[in-house]
Amino acid sequence: MSSQLVVFSAMSIVAVLSAVGVIVSRNAVRAALALVVNFIVLGVLYFTMNLELLGISQVLVYTGLIMMLFLFCILLLNLGAPQMLEETSGLKRYVAVLLSLVLIVLVLTQVLGPVAFSGAPGSESALAGIPTAPDGYGTAKSVGTEIFTNWIYALEICSVLLLLGIVGSILLAKRRG
Amino acid sequence: MEGVPLSAYLALGAVLFAIGGLGVILKRNPIIIFMCIELMLNAANLTFLAFSRYHDAPLRGTIPMEHTYMNGQMAVVFVMAVAAAEVAVGLGIIMAIFRMRETVDIDEMSGMRG
Amino acid sequence: MLEGTAGSLLFAQAGSMALTEEILWALLRVIVVILFVLVFVPPVIWWERRLLGWMQDRIGPNRAGPFGLLQPIADGIKLFFKEDITPSKIDRFVYFTAPAIALLPAFVLGATVPWGPNRLLTPVADVDIGVLWILAISSLGVYGVTLGGWAGNNKYSLLGGLRSSAQMISYELAMGVAIYSVALPTGSLRLTDMVSRQHDPLWGVVEWAQNWFVFTPYGFVACVIFLICMVAETNRAPFDLPEAESELVAGFHTEYSSMKFAVFFMGEYAVMAVFGGIFTTLFLGGWSPLPLNWDHLASSADASGMGWLAATLAFIGSSKIAGLWFLAKIVGILTFYIWLRATLPRLRYDQLMNLGWKALLPIAALNFVIVAIWMLYGWIAFFGSAAVVTLAYFYVVVLILKPRASAKRSELKLVDVRPDTAKTIEIG
Repeated sequence: MSSQLVVFSAMSIVAVLSAVGVIVSRNAVRAALALVVNFIVLGVLYFTMNLELLGISQVLVYTGLIMMLFLFCILLLNLGAPQMLEETSGLKRYVAVLLSLVLIVLVLTQVLGPVAFSGAPGSESALAGIPTAPDGYGTAKSVGTEIFTNWIYALEICSVLLLLGIVGSILLAKRRG
Repeated sequence: MEGVPLSAYLALGAVLFAIGGLGVILKRNPIIIFMCIELMLNAANLTFLAFSRYHDAPLRGTIPMEHTYMNGQMAVVFVMAVAAAEVAVGLGIIMAIFRMRETVDIDEMSGMRG
Repeated sequence: MLEGTAGSLLFAQAGSMALTEEILWALLRVIVVILFVLVFVPPVIWWERRLLGWMQDRIGPNRAGPFGLLQPIADGIKLFFKEDITPSKIDRFVYFTAPAIALLPAFVLGATVPWGPNRLLTPVADVDIGVLWILAISSLGVYGVTLGGWAGNNKYSLLGGLRSSAQMISYELAMGVAIYSVALPTGSLRLTDMVSRQHDPLWGVVEWAQNWFVFTPYGFVACVIFLICMVAETNRAPFDLPEAESELVAGFHTEYSSMKFAVFFMGEYAVMAVFGGIFTTLFLGGWSPLPLNWDHLASSADASGMGWLAATLAFIGSSKIAGLWFLAKIVGILTFYIWLRATLPRLRYDQLMNLGWKALLPIAALNFVIVAIWMLYGWIAFFGSAAVVTLAYFYVVVLILKPRASAKRSELKLVDVRPDTAKTIEIG
């Protein structure tokens, strides 16, 4: 087991534990906090893959803005009694756990199986480890060049979508009448 | 990171996705359900980026910067942007429902009329 | 993590001798940052209290030590020995973590600020994405305030935390756009590149001066916006709504006492100081003392036969005392903070939101577009588009929005029962 694998496992354990914390914690604020930890760990994982721009965007967009918005709404609603929201019927809980286990098994067998063990393309060195990153991989320059050349239409559509989002949320937030 | 196989990232993504899905089914607080959806999106992002990084793994060595190589990163950029818009609108809807109904229990929101 | 990757690179490339030296220097730089944050805060607090006292025509602390210099230390000792009250029915984990989160960004941001050009003062981590790093980490700091407000289980502190998070979301955007409009001419997000870009000749022509971004037209606009957002982001007066003592008792730290309060307090001042450093780096030419090209001046003095003047000028601009100049600029910005606090009354909540969303964000975005026009089409297009945009903005704001707003206000005046409006009703 290489030292990198040890670091990776430590981080993924933190990520999984914090993800479990999101659904286990009875308090919405604590759930949000666990999710923040999870997002930061994911950002660090992106850094380990030489994706510096996306790693910092992850921290900036998800923990800085999106989760802050969540936290704001949770505090604003001040959901008086979180335990009231927590009464899930036993049957539902078991069904849910079963479903997610099925999901994990499905993904593991259908995606990981071929990648890791069968003779699918890339399987051999996929086990061996990461290829050397090309020069400038994941930097702001390469991502920016790509967005503003090959993906420009997608970017424009995305900006229209964001604008609609702003207008829509203002409409929703305004009291009618 | 060297020494970490692609399947490790994919497994982590799968587990996070499943946990997020579990939360969506299990929870009754719409805000937490929303957060679980974000978690699922992030799990998908992780796999996108892992595939982007391990793309063309058998070749080893340096790989020319072609735009197919960037597709995974582009997908993540747009997921982030769409997630931001989605959160703004979604939380607006939740707040509006709360103002109207004085409750945010997802099981009580069964009527279609406002 | 960035350092981790850099470290592994070092392992691969450098010999062990150079490696240990490099690690030693990195450690020294870390110590410099930590020392700065820890040592710099008490004098700042003393300076604020003395200066505020002078501005408000009173004496201020003058008993402990000469000029009251030991007052912050005495306060620190007092806070240490105060009874540590922990309210019941709180979320203990969040309650105890919140002050630590509030102190975190000062250290993490300090690690990327270039304090000076020499080996000791270069940033601990000179990251490629320095600007984004600043935005990301400074937004993390607000979690401390928000969570602290929530954890206290007190309606006042909850309101303080709420205000803080809303304020952060509103001002982070304008701040980001303001930074991008100076990152665009730099062509890099790295902070050291921004500093070296500002050491170019002023406007590309004036040889003896430096091109500090604050002297360029677009940079000046960005500078003012960044300054306002910086004050808002550090929760200082006039944007100190999260701890508005006249409305919310003590805001988010109402339920905090003793050391935990001291940590919040220190975090606020440390973040202020570090933001001063970031402002200096982005707009005030970093570690250069005055906007003068010292090397150029020294060589021209040398040419005209004044050797001593050349030596002095070269010394002023040299890297040996660059850290001092940087520190002096930070102190200047902190003084500006204090001056603001003594001068301006606190904004109302709606005024805060209006300023952020209706003034700062559009102006910053327009400025960004204009910078892009300059980059593409040169300075004639720049001044043309700047004039058009300025006129259009004033047309919209002054001629369309203002009359509407004042019409609304005059409607309100009749039902208002404040004493001054009551008088106008009597007269009318």
